[in-house]
Amino acid sequence: MSDLILNPNINGVDDFYAELVATHEGLSDEESQALNARLLLVMANHIGDRAILSQALSAAALKSKE
Amino acid sequence: MFDDRYTLAYKRYPYKKSPDQDASAPVRHPVVVMGGGPIGIATALDLGLQGIPTLVLDDHEGVGMGSRAICFAKRCLEVADRYGCGEPMLEKGVVWNVGKVFHKDDKVFEFNLLPEEGHKYPAFINLQQPYYESYQLDRFEELQAQGAPIEIRGKNRIDNVEVHDDHVVLTVMTPDGEYTIEAEWLIGCDGASSPLREMLGYDFSGKVFQDSFLIADIKMKGDVDFPTERWFWFEPSHGEGASVLLHRQPDDVWRVDFQIGWDVDRKEELKEENIRRRLDAFLGGVEYDMVWSSIYTFQCKRMESFRHGRVFFAGDAAHQVSPFGARGANSGMQDVDNLGWKLGLVMAGKAPDALLDSYNFERIHGADENILNSTRSTDFITPKSAMSTLLRDSVLALSEHYEFARPMVNSGRLSVPCTYDGSPLNSADALDGPERTRPGSPCPDVPLGDEFLLSKLGNDFILLTIDTDAPESFEEDGITVKRLALSANNDPTNLLKERYLGEAESAVYLIRPDQHVAARRPSFDETQLRAAVRRATGKEQ
Ligand SMILES: Cc1cc2nc3c(=O)[nH]c(=O)nc-3n(C[C@H](O)[C@H](O)[C@H](O)COP(=O)(O)OP(=O)(O)OC[C@H]3O[C@@H](n4cnc5c(N)ncnc54)[C@H](O)[C@@H]3O)c2cc1C
Repeated sequence: MSDLILNPNINGVDDFYAELVATHEGLSDEESQALNARLLLVMANHIGDRAILSQALSAAALKSKE
Repeated sequence: MFDDRYTLAYKRYPYKKSPDQDASAPVRHPVVVMGGGPIGIATALDLGLQGIPTLVLDDHEGVGMGSRAICFAKRCLEVADRYGCGEPMLEKGVVWNVGKVFHKDDKVFEFNLLPEEGHKYPAFINLQQPYYESYQLDRFEELQAQGAPIEIRGKNRIDNVEVHDDHVVLTVMTPDGEYTIEAEWLIGCDGASSPLREMLGYDFSGKVFQDSFLIADIKMKGDVDFPTERWFWFEPSHGEGASVLLHRQPDDVWRVDFQIGWDVDRKEELKEENIRRRLDAFLGGVEYDMVWSSIYTFQCKRMESFRHGRVFFAGDAAHQVSPFGARGANSGMQDVDNLGWKLGLVMAGKAPDALLDSYNFERIHGADENILNSTRSTDFITPKSAMSTLLRDSVLALSEHYEFARPMVNSGRLSVPCTYDGSPLNSADALDGPERTRPGSPCPDVPLGDEFLLSKLGNDFILLTIDTDAPESFEEDGITVKRLALSANNDPTNLLKERYLGEAESAVYLIRPDQHVAARRPSFDETQLRAAVRRATGKEQ
């Protein structure tokens, strides 16, 4: 079983980050929240692997195993 | 006084005085069923077909008005077929495959269920509950005419029960006053508010879902061309409420189901003018007659245990779910399917009392599965927090554009039969076969020429052999197992192989009287199969 990747994994991370912020530009708080939710669902579907998704949920909740 | 609590659609078993009422000592009956709803009648059909004398006591004289259930699933129809009343249901019922999902004003997507080929019964039909109940009662009368020892007494209300180790004493109220009878076994099929549960003080716990639904069954006038589809609106813009469901029933009747919130004035909402106001806003300029309407709230609950010694609970009395997914009557029918043969074997002295505990194990498993599914649908349809609303709306928004999000849309997961994984009656899986026919599963149907496999299974233990040898029958401690020999070699549909062999070359399935798989292996192994029969009848762990 593979594990959730928690070390750096994005090429051009600054670029990505800027694009992420830019996607929210000009949106109201509400629209931004909705966009984030859609993004989350799109990415979750891409990952697909149920075990990884569970690991991602607890990683995001800052529930580390230490 | 003896007043009806609800109006009848069909008076089927008018009150008649029974000789039991004048008996000097209470007459003892082998089985008494409390309640003549769909589940009580099905119980009598199951036991009656086994020749077990069964007395149904119902506090009304027929089938209640108003279609509560409209959606009956494949497994429920297969059970009805085993009882001999599935075909008229199928003939009358409406089969549909296309569904549309709307959010506010927009259609977000459309789906086709693409039914799987090779089954006698479709995934489900829409049929008004009063029809469903009458077909069962037709069969009940037919069996009686053929000499089956079953009886139903109308306006016979059980008012008190006294439970003993080996029998139950029942006080029954009738228009001629009270009388007392005894029952060796009592099956409570007395509905969601089960007086039996109350009388015996058993708990019924779970989540009450705080919402009300306004149901209107309407008959369209003139030539309206509404398609035979299931339409589901999340937060419809026309007419307040969290959801609306529109579904076709036989006789050009449509079910419209408005979710209208918790704090409603029932009386006000049920006034025809107010129902029409909602419907008109919703349907536009369509002309229709009102057939039936009602407001209901629901709960997701079950009893801690469905068996208490000589007393069993089945159907809504044992468990209740939200209507999303059509699980009420469907799961009640699976209760009966499960209990009937077990009680038959125990009463005949062919199986130990412990077999009856497996009813509790297996059907609690089924009830929990239903409660889980319907709770999830409920949470999707009426999200409980701002974030859960946001996620739900995001799923709907995405599903309009991308296919991936559509399976996440949960407007009710339609009832599929329960597989009894982990049941003490199962033997370990010894076949490298398909997942769907693993021990505990209900046998999927397969066409056999002009016939179907399921019509050859059930009522007894069957040894299904596919491309392998076995004795024509064998007996294990009073249980007779008969062989059904099939071959996957000249099967034009290839479905027998697909559903029962998978990668295996040959297979032997031990199939229970309720058409569930008890054991499977590649070939006949007498020692193993005898052990499997003992295990499936509660004689071995
Ligand atoms: C709006 C609505 C929609 C539904 N839709 C669906 C659906 O699409 N699909 C589905 O599968 N299910 C559906 N259901 C659920 C389904 O209607 C029930 O699960 C089903 O009726 C349960 O049958 P039952 O025999 O257990 O109980 P009931 O039908 O409630 O029958 C109980 C019987 O016991 C009798 N009784 C009560 N007390 C006594 C007494 N003291 N003595 C003698 N008799 C007594 C009653 O008069 C009644 O005849 C729906 C329910 C509702 C309310």
